[in-house]
Amino acid sequence: MKKQSRRDFLKTVAASAGIVAGCAGSALGNETLHVNNEELGMLYDATKCVGCKACMAACKRVNHDYGSLSYEKASFDKDGLWDAPSDLSGSTRTLIKLFKESDTRWSYVKYSCMHCQKPSCVSVCPVSAMTKEKVSGIVDYNKNTCIGCRYCQVACPYNIPKFQWEKAIPQIVKCDLCRNTNLKERGISACAETCPTHAIKFGKRKELLEEAHQRLRENPDKYIAHVYGEHEGGGTNHLYLASMPFNKLGLPDIKPEPPAEFSEKIQHTIYKGFIAPVALYSTLCFIAIKNMKGHGTGADDSHSTGHQNESHKNESPKNGEER
Amino acid sequence: MSHNEEFQRLEGKIFTKSFFILLFVVLVGFFFVGVRYVKGIGAVSNMSDGYPWGIWITYDVATGTAIACGGYAVAILVYIRNRMQYHPLIRSAILTSMFGYGLAGFSVMVDLGRPWNAYNFFIPSKWQANSAMFEVALCVMAYSTVLILEFIPAILTSIENSKWERMQLVRNWLHPKFQPNQQAMNDKLEMVRLGAAWLKPRLNRVLIFFIVLGITLPTMHQSSLGSLLLIASTKLHPLWHTGFLPLLFLLNCIFIGYAIAILESVISSYAFNRRFEVDELSGLANLIPYVTVIWLTVVIGDLAYRGQIGAALKGDFYSCFFLAEFLLVATGSLLLFREKMRRSPRWLFTSAALIVLGGALYRFNVYLIGFNPGKGWRYFPSFAEVMITVGIVALEILGYKVFVKLFPVLPNERAHHHNDNQGPNHVDVKPAFSGSTN
Repeated sequence: MKKQSRRDFLKTVAASAGIVAGCAGSALGNETLHVNNEELGMLYDATKCVGCKACMAACKRVNHDYGSLSYEKASFDKDGLWDAPSDLSGSTRTLIKLFKESDTRWSYVKYSCMHCQKPSCVSVCPVSAMTKEKVSGIVDYNKNTCIGCRYCQVACPYNIPKFQWEKAIPQIVKCDLCRNTNLKERGISACAETCPTHAIKFGKRKELLEEAHQRLRENPDKYIAHVYGEHEGGGTNHLYLASMPFNKLGLPDIKPEPPAEFSEKIQHTIYKGFIAPVALYSTLCFIAIKNMKGHGTGADDSHSTGHQNESHKNESPKNGEER
Repeated sequence: MSHNEEFQRLEGKIFTKSFFILLFVVLVGFFFVGVRYVKGIGAVSNMSDGYPWGIWITYDVATGTAIACGGYAVAILVYIRNRMQYHPLIRSAILTSMFGYGLAGFSVMVDLGRPWNAYNFFIPSKWQANSAMFEVALCVMAYSTVLILEFIPAILTSIENSKWERMQLVRNWLHPKFQPNQQAMNDKLEMVRLGAAWLKPRLNRVLIFFIVLGITLPTMHQSSLGSLLLIASTKLHPLWHTGFLPLLFLLNCIFIGYAIAILESVISSYAFNRRFEVDELSGLANLIPYVTVIWLTVVIGDLAYRGQIGAALKGDFYSCFFLAEFLLVATGSLLLFREKMRRSPRWLFTSAALIVLGGALYRFNVYLIGFNPGKGWRYFPSFAEVMITVGIVALEILGYKVFVKLFPVLPNERAHHHNDNQGPNHVDVKPAFSGSTN
């Protein structure tokens, strides 16, 4: 009896565990990512950037109302003369930072949404508030759908989506390539349009990649021989060239496999066609009803009343054996 | 209470000293909830763009629902594994699950930045099946409903047997001008009573389908709680980031569920000065090691497969937390392998507590401690943030204490020990324990 019950028990656990484990195991296969080089993007060349922050000013001017952006005072700036955000935030979509290793070795870097080919934020948003536009590839956010769960923030490997922590009615803030403002009106993102040194190039991913590789060929000594974003996390539409290692500029090392593909494969395998849950439910129903009948109570549940004591009595000797 | 009833209502005053202490804690928590809605989440919490999920998600949702898995674990045992002798434990397990899940849902509403948009979960065009969060949200909502349905028979029994003494008192207390007609009121109450009596057998007939649903849904969403972190491959420490997260979370909630059912039973026997249900508990305890052994094997096997055993033993911050989680679960399980330990309420309590702690620490490790968004981000919960969580837990305990006195939830000692009192298995609680919590 003892052995019997243990075996039964292991069976139950193993059966349910097996479903999940099998799924997790077999999850790695098919479903490959197709990179679409026709999508819109930007190429930021850190060696051309002079750190004037005109892009930041332009971004805030253009997207102030639509994107719910605002000016951020620095602690030393009592009069509030400058917009001085210290990082991307619920008020700031794009930012220039300076990384200085020594007097001769330094680089600016611009942060904003990478507009991934396979965005994690879109993959995790439970209510489709984050979307990737089919043609342009822009990763856009809709505050009228967003529930504010901040799963996009957890998922984004670049830490791009920001939340308005200090507001009673908060939203997520991130670059949408001026989709509803400058891009619509003038066909180019505000930062790229404003940049006086052409450090930001706006265009289709294909052209940007060609341009980037040409610059690498022409000036191999000037650059790190890598276009950041070409393969990172399945590829991004926002590309980088720089003279310093990218991880020193705060751009994380990310494998070429999109994180969203890994999680989606497991999730899809478990829930493919909703077969597993339905099968689980029907199997359990079958077992449970059979068990109830075995106790002579029919499908009638014994949640209350005297039936239960009967079955309890019936079980007691077994219970004794089991000990 | 009759001898025939399986469950009994606990006799006793509702408004005890501990009731008001808990109520005070609840009110403090709700004050901060109020602040959060007026001034924003940043005003009460230390969460940041690097750590967008703090203890509200980590404790109230990810860990709290696992702790609320007692109902799930006991239901598997009773209805699927056909061990009817554990049936007396099920109602209190379902009651704690109901509060656990209900309040997890409540704290999600506190945590969500834009809760008024939550209706989008019910709009098919907004559904996003790729998101583990979507699956968790729908499942948890459905499961909470199922738990309420599962608990309704207890309420119906109560209504059926009620003499409406309190209602009569309230009526007598009212000014004669507002007093409803005695006869009319009695007629209406009688109708409610008859309605309850009519509904109960009908509900009981279909209840098994909801009970099975109540087993299917947690299987789905508890594994999905693990899936939530699958995508954070660059942020979650490799000790915890694995494709087996869903499986580990599922097993984890099952052993936490059994352990918490033991804890609950021991604590309420102690607090309410009732007899310990040693037979049932030692039977439950007998099962735990099998689940934990599978869990521990998967953890080690997976670490070995991914070549992370070295990282686990490195002795740094992450490895310490990993080892703590691992050893707590392992020690608790080892204790339960011994028959003698399983029959002592004290050791049952100790080992169950170790296992719950270890299992909960695992969830904290995945959601918070092993989560590193990059340089410069720190998170430690603020006072107000902790108080909101503490307030919610206090509300859970408060609700449990009130409900066991209003509805037949706890096993009927007489009916239930009546059958097997030949064995030397009874441990009577001496009155020395009484007083403080009751």
